[in-house]
Amino acid sequence: MDLFEYQGRDLFERHGLPVLGGGVAETPQEARAIAERLGGKVVVKAQVKVGGRGKAGGVKLADGADEAEARATDILGMDIKGHTVHKVMLAETADIKEEYYFSYLLDRANRTFLCIASVAGGMEIETVAEEQPDRVAKIAIDAVKGVDEAKAREIVAAAQYPAEVAEQIVDIAVKLWQAFVAEDATLVEVNPLAKVGDGRVLLLDAKITLDENAAFRHPDHEALIDQSAVDPLEQAAKAKNLNYVKLDGEVGIIGNGAGLVMSTLDVVAYAGEQHGNVKPANFLDIGGGASAQVMANGLEIVLGDPAVKSVFVNVFGGITACDEVANGIIQALALLGERGETVTKPLVVRLDGNNAEAGRAILDGANNPLVERVDTMDGAAARAAELAAAGK
Amino acid sequence: MAIWLTKDSKVIVQGMTGSEGSKHTRRMLAAGTNVVGGVNPRKAGTTVDFDGKELPVFASVGEAMKETGADVSVIFVPPAFTKAAVIEAIDAEIPLAVVITEGVPVQDSAHFWAYNVDRGQKTRIIGPNCPGIASPGASNAGIIPADITPGGRIGLVSKSGTLTYQLMYELRDFGFSTAVGIGGDPVIGTTHIDALKAFQDDPDTDAIVMIGEIGGDAEERAAEFIKANVTKPVVGYIAGFTAPPGKTMGHAGAIISGSAGTADAKKEALEAAGVKVGKTPSETARLMREVMS
Repeated sequence: MDLFEYQGRDLFERHGLPVLGGGVAETPQEARAIAERLGGKVVVKAQVKVGGRGKAGGVKLADGADEAEARATDILGMDIKGHTVHKVMLAETADIKEEYYFSYLLDRANRTFLCIASVAGGMEIETVAEEQPDRVAKIAIDAVKGVDEAKAREIVAAAQYPAEVAEQIVDIAVKLWQAFVAEDATLVEVNPLAKVGDGRVLLLDAKITLDENAAFRHPDHEALIDQSAVDPLEQAAKAKNLNYVKLDGEVGIIGNGAGLVMSTLDVVAYAGEQHGNVKPANFLDIGGGASAQVMANGLEIVLGDPAVKSVFVNVFGGITACDEVANGIIQALALLGERGETVTKPLVVRLDGNNAEAGRAILDGANNPLVERVDTMDGAAARAAELAAAGK
Repeated sequence: MAIWLTKDSKVIVQGMTGSEGSKHTRRMLAAGTNVVGGVNPRKAGTTVDFDGKELPVFASVGEAMKETGADVSVIFVPPAFTKAAVIEAIDAEIPLAVVITEGVPVQDSAHFWAYNVDRGQKTRIIGPNCPGIASPGASNAGIIPADITPGGRIGLVSKSGTLTYQLMYELRDFGFSTAVGIGGDPVIGTTHIDALKAFQDDPDTDAIVMIGEIGGDAEERAAEFIKANVTKPVVGYIAGFTAPPGKTMGHAGAIISGSAGTADAKKEALEAAGVKVGKTPSETARLMREVMS
């Protein structure tokens, strides 16, 4: 889960890291109130999870509450690279003398963590790494040992931060690592880490990603989810414990196992090239034991997407037997009927693996005109694409 | 022969008394796996009956190894306790630990991996978030269905469980030496490269199926490895060509970050290394058929 800047600022503050005073507003009136509280000059910043907001006009200075309210009025509702601005952060201004860069992140390739530190901040670190590679230090962090004062000194030396800010950055590096671990982050990026007029070093921006697998030990993280950005179908699926991702095609997909479902999306997209360019409408993994209940919940979500014109149920019976899956599908359609949902969209079902013959026989025996079985994955994908194209 | 798991492997189950653990212990036994006991400190000294076979419960992995000579542990404990379970297995220096659990925080996985490296990597870790390892006809450590295919001479390594089953099923007339599900998390113990190296060195494996998916650059690094070190034929499959960037597709590690981790980049890297890459799982099976006949 990616956080907004204001959530990152709050998180830094909670962990004792030096940040500027600030607050978040959803209306110009709220912005005015925060500006009054902060006093003097403030910066009004669009809260969007995409880079380049400054260039897009999403960051403005304001002198006093009147101007802050006016700038918030300008920025709220703006579109920045397809992201609508619903919130602005107001923060005290700083007399920035120098801008540095600092981040901790997961290093998948080396199965550990990495610190990237640079004296060149305020711009994209990828650009700095390309143009001035000698100004970007990458230091591996041992996941067991972490960042203590000695490690922090190693980082500060490697990054060649100026001597007058070294002690402050050592302290920041240690505290930031503690925050990274305590919050189960996979990325904390501070750009810029800035030296201001009075000599202090402050964290002036925050890009943070939290590990959703660690949610069980962070009940407070749920409140950080941006509900306005969550697709309603994804939200409904999550409430039913289903692993669903909304996509923008016409063929609804239900399958078991993340890899098989990803593969199903691909196979449907290839088939769609021959059938009106239809595409997969969603990713939905119903997991190993596809009971009638789970299948019904899945079908309900997929059929609830008005863009869906046909559904492809692709199940490989591994641990689950296909006869159970077939019964699940038939019962799911009945269940949906009982819930008052009239199913009118065609289903193409492919069952293979454990007890496939029995499963197919059950589908044939049910004789439901909406359910068509095709016994190969590629063939079934083509048929589902064809039906979706016909229904467009 | 097979890699890492043979008919002589003695398997214990951490979490054997839990619902998933007991269900799959029963299945592993039915597949002929030599399961010799389980670990649960709160139930140490008791036994669990599996259709007439009494399996002892030990207080620790170390005790279980001492009493039974176990050399493989399959871990079914919930995410909150997985780190401690794996560290216990590492401390006991068990040669193979198979971590089935899905949903382990990545800091925990990075932590036990670093701990294992620090202790000299005496334990091979497979997973987490994986279906385990099966050497058909010999032994089965995890949740891969044992009856899909008999033993044979194809080796398989995959990030995905169901795609593993699908390919095993499509190629069941040839059979498999070993299938290794390495898992779909961002940090995993055993990699594609580890399995490719073992299959290359295994006299009973003739050809290798490698299944990857979006996220990270493990497939690209595997391609480099194949180019330099693998002489046996490798057939590949990558899932996730149509996955949008920034969305996690089921597996915690299956995410395209910016322009990194795309299926296209992985396919290109594998093809540049001489690997034939199928467009669909069935086409991948056909490519392997051509290799084997």
